[in-house]
Amino acid sequence: MTLDRTTTTLAVAAVLLLAAAPFLPQWLVFLLTLALAKGLVVLGLVVLMRTGLVSFGQGLYFGLGAYAAALVGAAAEVLDAAVMLAAAVAGSAGLAAVLGLLLARYRDIFFAMLSLAFSMILYGLLVKSSALGSTDGFNLHAKSFAGITLPAGAERRVFYAVAVVAVLGAAWAVHRYLSSHYGRLATAIRDNELRVEYLGSSVFRVVFANYVIAGALGGLGGAFAALAVGHVDPETAYWTTSGEFVFVAILGGTGNVLAPFLGAAIFEAVRTVANQYAPNVWQMTLGIVMLALILFLPAGLWSLVARLRSVAR
Amino acid sequence: MFDLAAVLFDGVVYSSWLFMMAAGLTLIYGVMRILNIAHGSLYALGAYAGASLVGAWLAGGHPPAASYALLLAAALLVGLVMGPLIERGLLRLMYGRDEVVLLLVTYALFLILEDVIKLAWGVESLVVAEPYALPGNFRIGKLAYPVYNLILIGAAIVIGLVVAWGLYRTRQGKLLLAVIHDREMSAAMGINVARVYVFTFTIGAALAAAGGALTAPAIAVSPGIGVEVIVLSFAVVVIGGLGSLGGAALGALIVGIVRSAMVRYWPEGELFSVYLVMALVLIARPKGLFAAPEARKI
Repeated sequence: MTLDRTTTTLAVAAVLLLAAAPFLPQWLVFLLTLALAKGLVVLGLVVLMRTGLVSFGQGLYFGLGAYAAALVGAAAEVLDAAVMLAAAVAGSAGLAAVLGLLLARYRDIFFAMLSLAFSMILYGLLVKSSALGSTDGFNLHAKSFAGITLPAGAERRVFYAVAVVAVLGAAWAVHRYLSSHYGRLATAIRDNELRVEYLGSSVFRVVFANYVIAGALGGLGGAFAALAVGHVDPETAYWTTSGEFVFVAILGGTGNVLAPFLGAAIFEAVRTVANQYAPNVWQMTLGIVMLALILFLPAGLWSLVARLRSVAR
Repeated sequence: MFDLAAVLFDGVVYSSWLFMMAAGLTLIYGVMRILNIAHGSLYALGAYAGASLVGAWLAGGHPPAASYALLLAAALLVGLVMGPLIERGLLRLMYGRDEVVLLLVTYALFLILEDVIKLAWGVESLVVAEPYALPGNFRIGKLAYPVYNLILIGAAIVIGLVVAWGLYRTRQGKLLLAVIHDREMSAAMGINVARVYVFTFTIGAALAAAGGALTAPAIAVSPGIGVEVIVLSFAVVVIGGLGSLGGAALGALIVGIVRSAMVRYWPEGELFSVYLVMALVLIARPKGLFAAPEARKI
């Protein structure tokens, strides 16, 4: 098997990120874990966008994954991070499989609005349930990973390493999926779904599969974010969170599985810097960057990378 | 029985407020195919402008009775300044893109305006309660209600009737309906579509600002008020059917009454019930209650 460039880049990135793990300062570990987690959610969104569908409610799975992970700890008193992650993926993939049956029939703005409605239902439930801490949410603290007890203080670093492996592994799997028969059908559906139907493929099945993948990735991302922050709150499911994911997807572009991570890393870095130096104009900066991208770079930052690559060749 | 009357009244008050927001939103979508997230910021701008104008007026020792006119003037001002500015300055460059891209454009605009509002008015909340307290209270049975609520309902009805009259009975309105029906054909028949766009967006912006300005006396105007409003108005217009004025009115009534019933009987369900209704309506009628059927284009 010959390795394509994306696979090589993923492998190199994984090795570098893992090798750096013991030496990185605490704040950078935190930042990178968060960027990886959010990049994962955006990766799911990108899979969905390949079919031409934009979900304005990915916060549903992000929030669900975060709460599922936290609840495993709080309610079942299982403090193992691996169990938490598994619960998050199972929960969000399960919900996506149910909602997907319905949502896969919707297109355009109606898809965006119905997914928004579902995420706001979750938000409404979380905000008003005092057992789950209402608007404040609650803390979670994982003490072991897959049965191995973690030394106190080093948990975050371990979660970071796990996130690197899981996220880049997922990115590779998605990369393989997108270049498979099914994955290529998605783009065809975006261009003209009637023709795809006439050619004998099931549009519903592809959209459904992509929706479930997006949901599962969203849940996993939510769980990693919860582990990194050590806290969950309803804001994770709010529409502005979903909007942020769409923003990062546009920022990075949908051309490559690496693009969401490029987008998420830049987004988190800019956010950190802006919070430090210009907290009052942070949202404005985001808005202006977004408008500039839509106007001048509609294929996202990745198109710059792609251009460099083709020049190099 | 009495309980029911109170719930209904609360619901209708809430609906009036929602309708002012939703009417503008649905009009803009109908004509321009833009689901305007920045509508929430225009609402907030209206609220801030109204509160500042009335505050300055009262501080000058002028008669408070005129503050109602000032609230409306503030809304009109916001509409006339922001409407053409946004449409000509930004949206014009984006026509022809996907509806979802346009949604993102207005999301970006929303982010920008949120900070503009914070920079202009600071993060302190603004309270101008005089117009709210001035007309006194009235009673339904044992409960006292501010008369201002009746003013709000009246304003919503008047606004609804004026917009409906303008849309169905005037020449400009009929041009607008033609554009809603088929933009390309209207342009081919000689309608100045660009002018209709500016006109529509200005009216929509003024309606959002009116919703904000008229609510301002009843609340503490503070940063972030637009964030909640916008998803609620989305729920209203999606339930009613995007682009339909009657649908917006019905959607506002449904959402308003569902919410007030929930607040009364099961407060925990307040927020999620609204979106549950939205999801259920979309499941049963994918394009909302009053949406016109569309030809399927290949």
